[in-house]
Amino acid sequence: MTAQTTPIQKLDSEALSLDSVSLWQITRRRLFRRKSSVVGMVILAILIFIALTAQWLAPYSPTLSMLDAKPPENIGKRSAPCIYLLGCSQDQPQHIMGTDGNIRDEFSRMLYGARLSLMIGLSTVSFAIFVGTVLGALGGYFGGWIDNVIMRVMDVLLAFPSLLLAIAIVTVLGPGLINALLAIGIVSIPAYARVVRGSVLSVREMDYVSATRALGGNTYEILFKRILPNALTPLIVQGTLGIATAILDAAALSFLGLGAQPPTPEWGSMLGAERNQVFTAPHLVFYPGLAIMLTVLAFNLLGDGLRDALDPRLAHVS
Amino acid sequence: MASYILRRLVLSIPVLFGILFATFALARIIPGDPCRAMLGEKATKVVCDEFNHRHGLDKPIIVQFGVYVNEIAHGDFGNSFRYSKPITALLMERLPITFELSLAALLFSVIVGIPLGVIAAVRHNSWADVLTMLWANIGVSMPVFWLGLMLAYVFALTLKGTIFQLPPSGRLSAGVITIPFFEVWGLQLTAGSFSYRLADFISRMNIFNSILSADWEVLKDATIHLILPAFALSTIPMALIARMTRSSMLEVLGQDYIRTARAKGLARRAVILKHAFRNALLPLATVVGLSLGGLLGGAVLTETVFNLSGVGRILYDGITARDYGIVQGFTVVIAIFFVVLNLLVDISYAYLDPRIRLD
Repeated sequence: MTAQTTPIQKLDSEALSLDSVSLWQITRRRLFRRKSSVVGMVILAILIFIALTAQWLAPYSPTLSMLDAKPPENIGKRSAPCIYLLGCSQDQPQHIMGTDGNIRDEFSRMLYGARLSLMIGLSTVSFAIFVGTVLGALGGYFGGWIDNVIMRVMDVLLAFPSLLLAIAIVTVLGPGLINALLAIGIVSIPAYARVVRGSVLSVREMDYVSATRALGGNTYEILFKRILPNALTPLIVQGTLGIATAILDAAALSFLGLGAQPPTPEWGSMLGAERNQVFTAPHLVFYPGLAIMLTVLAFNLLGDGLRDALDPRLAHVS
Repeated sequence: MASYILRRLVLSIPVLFGILFATFALARIIPGDPCRAMLGEKATKVVCDEFNHRHGLDKPIIVQFGVYVNEIAHGDFGNSFRYSKPITALLMERLPITFELSLAALLFSVIVGIPLGVIAAVRHNSWADVLTMLWANIGVSMPVFWLGLMLAYVFALTLKGTIFQLPPSGRLSAGVITIPFFEVWGLQLTAGSFSYRLADFISRMNIFNSILSADWEVLKDATIHLILPAFALSTIPMALIARMTRSSMLEVLGQDYIRTARAKGLARRAVILKHAFRNALLPLATVVGLSLGGLLGGAVLTETVFNLSGVGRILYDGITARDYGIVQGFTVVIAIFFVVLNLLVDISYAYLDPRIRLD
């Protein structure tokens, strides 16, 4: 035998070495190897940084009119971005992204918007994952009529195009950010319920579950310690992609005037409030939309990366 | 096949009932007394009792639900107080506009999305593949309303005066009038008859109508008005279709029978189009079908941005005017449409892939 290893030996040694590497280490390694998921993580890191430090980064309060600023500024409504380095006269008030229809600093509002956007994405998806997991686990574990009722209700929720159902729910509950979040949360429940139910069904009859039952494990132990951990990876992937959809839908509801209400610095509502000014003040439409797109893109790229990284079928490939 | 269709039909009945119940319940959850909401705060008890009796609101809730289902089965969705018109009439007026827009967007996304996906799969890991996937990722992440506004800005203002200038809103230029094709043809249709309704529905779609009545000026005008909204609406389905085509093609291209086809010396083109693409088309049927539902949701935003008087726009107006009748009626119709569409997709899928119906 020469020093050169055959492909089979190489595969064997890799497979053996996996014993000492946890799933998360493999996932992380694979995630960082993929350019698109790195791009997603970088955008996300910047967004989280902005969201956490908005109050220090923002030059003004997001709801402060420049007329009330100290000292008051002599600047008009919806004035274009003015940056000294880019040729704007130095004695004019400097606003990187201009001012909005109420003479507020658009840049400050954009920074605070990051905070709101991430909060919207995380809160709706956490809500949907929680409710979806409970429903999916109940249906999958107990089966029978419980499963039937739960899954038929999920079918009904899925029968509506998601944005339209969210619109209908908010119309009934009344416009507002909390109601919009609730509506988007409700609309996204079926996706998680299905994922969890599928995982539960696939392992319910496995030997190790029966063994726990034979050893006297109660339902709680079987469900939460033996069965549900199997649903974790698909939930992480679905959840990351779900955050992207939730942010996009929330922005759409706010754009229609059903979500965040003025003066809340929410990107969708900022864009919606100024949409008729797109020809005279395009910056007020351009920046919020770009921010929404980048945020959604970041979660989509990360979600796709996670899906591939967590796929056990690719475990020995990378 | 017949038993499969029957089984799917039976399975969709509870879903349809669920939709009706959900929309019925939504309308009942609305805070406030419907009588005072309609007749004003000062309505007396006598007036309100009379109102509740007339609208059947004094009957048990289960009877009210029965009445509601019966009315919908007869195509009666109640009245819109904002437009003082039956909602069914409003739907028949506005649906063609949304239908035309969605159809154009779907056509666009299929024509562009499928070739992009095929090219990306055939040249796996080339720059064409990377660019296509980048575009697909951006496409699903883009807010439709933002893209619409930005397109309007670029094509109506920045490119003003060039041949690329496109109108930012509306369906036709001011002063352009359309004559329904059946009037041009001199058809005598009785108002209210099925043929009249059908002809009326088609004639409200400017592009179809102008082709049928050979009015090329209107056709040109209607087309240039449709380009921007249709493009804005098509981004998400286009991205989904491109991604799906790519992954489905990649899977098929790795199969043994493709290697066999290559090994026996078939032309590359024939292998890709005849052996690979045909089989890769299967999952696409689902994506295309399901995209239509997304298109309807996106239409609300697109029509608002481009000022098109379709279903989406009227839904938006209904929301702002708190006209629950419109929101409820339109939601029911769209959801039922969506269920029927899913059914058709499943059936076509079973038709295309015999393995499914044998399950």
